[in-house]
Amino acid sequence: MTDATQQIGSFEDEAQFGDYVALLKPRVMSLVVFTAAVGVFVAPVYVHPFVALVAILFIALGGGASGALNMWYDHDIDAIMKRTSKRPVPAGKVTKGEALTIGLWLSFIAVVMLGLAANWVAAGILAFTIFFYAVIYTMWLKRWTPQNIVIGGAAGAFPPMIGWAVATGGVSVESVLMFAIIFMWTPPHFWALALFMNEDYSKAGVPMLTVTHGRRVTRTHIFVYAALLAPLAVAAAFTSIGGWIYLVAALYLNAKFVFGAWQLWHRDEDAAEADTYKAEKKYFRFSLTYLFGSFGALLAQAIWVQGFGMGAW
Amino acid sequence: MAAPRVEHELHTRRFSRNLGVGLTLACFVFIIFGLTYVKITRGGLNQGFDHVVRPELVPTQQGESN
Repeated sequence: MTDATQQIGSFEDEAQFGDYVALLKPRVMSLVVFTAAVGVFVAPVYVHPFVALVAILFIALGGGASGALNMWYDHDIDAIMKRTSKRPVPAGKVTKGEALTIGLWLSFIAVVMLGLAANWVAAGILAFTIFFYAVIYTMWLKRWTPQNIVIGGAAGAFPPMIGWAVATGGVSVESVLMFAIIFMWTPPHFWALALFMNEDYSKAGVPMLTVTHGRRVTRTHIFVYAALLAPLAVAAAFTSIGGWIYLVAALYLNAKFVFGAWQLWHRDEDAAEADTYKAEKKYFRFSLTYLFGSFGALLAQAIWVQGFGMGAW
Repeated sequence: MAAPRVEHELHTRRFSRNLGVGLTLACFVFIIFGLTYVKITRGGLNQGFDHVVRPELVPTQQGESN
């Protein structure tokens, strides 16, 4: 081994391109891409397909950049939690400094490029989203309050609003409702995960609701948020982006989401432990279906109205 | 006769990284090119140099002159 090799460590640990991609949390990015795309396409203003594609790409890149900043700051707790221990920074593939540099540069590129490709309102909301996720959520709320994901969830709720702003250059009741759907969906989604991943958060000292107030309170909170989400999601059907397709989907998905939350609320802790949190895992998986289903229905509605020239009702 | 070129170990080890960066940069160039093309061809009534509407190109009522 040469001196240089000894200095930079083993070659097997050297980061490959995929490790840098992993830094951007590609799975989260897929959700960002989808919801932002829905925001662009349901808007009543035509956007050139190439501009729309580029705008969605840079919204996703901005989301990825905030993911890199999150991995930079959270490298210590990521190493403790089983779920996150294989991320590039705790795995020793990418250094903290690299994660920070990549996060900052990609944030800058994403915001500037979105401003140039679409408009500066959309770019401004994207910049705020990155700030909100990296600073307000990651650096402040996450380690301080059990309400961390409630407020921090706003960061994940902005993409459809940015997509809408790409097309319209502004904010309206429709984009606020799309924001509200993801905002109210985030707590039940993550708390369902926390119900069966409690040990991870507890070990890392992250004050998730399950850690600070226990599973019983968390189950109540899941139900309350699911119940509050339903009227907001259904209300979107009666705006310019809604119609019968979305209404049918929203009624079905929300009924199932609230009923699932009701079942979790009434579930006995011993029973949950006995079947290794089967119902909680199922609810967590369904929460993903719920979100993709709701936004997919909005998209289908837009295709029905704008693509086929049919009436919303 | 030239000696056979031996591929340096570094090149093989960093191949995926270099390829990824290269493709990313190529995509970025394509995006800038595409955006420029779309913006220019769909400029509408905008002037090239300051992106404001040219008064002399704004459609007017019939019979009215600028």
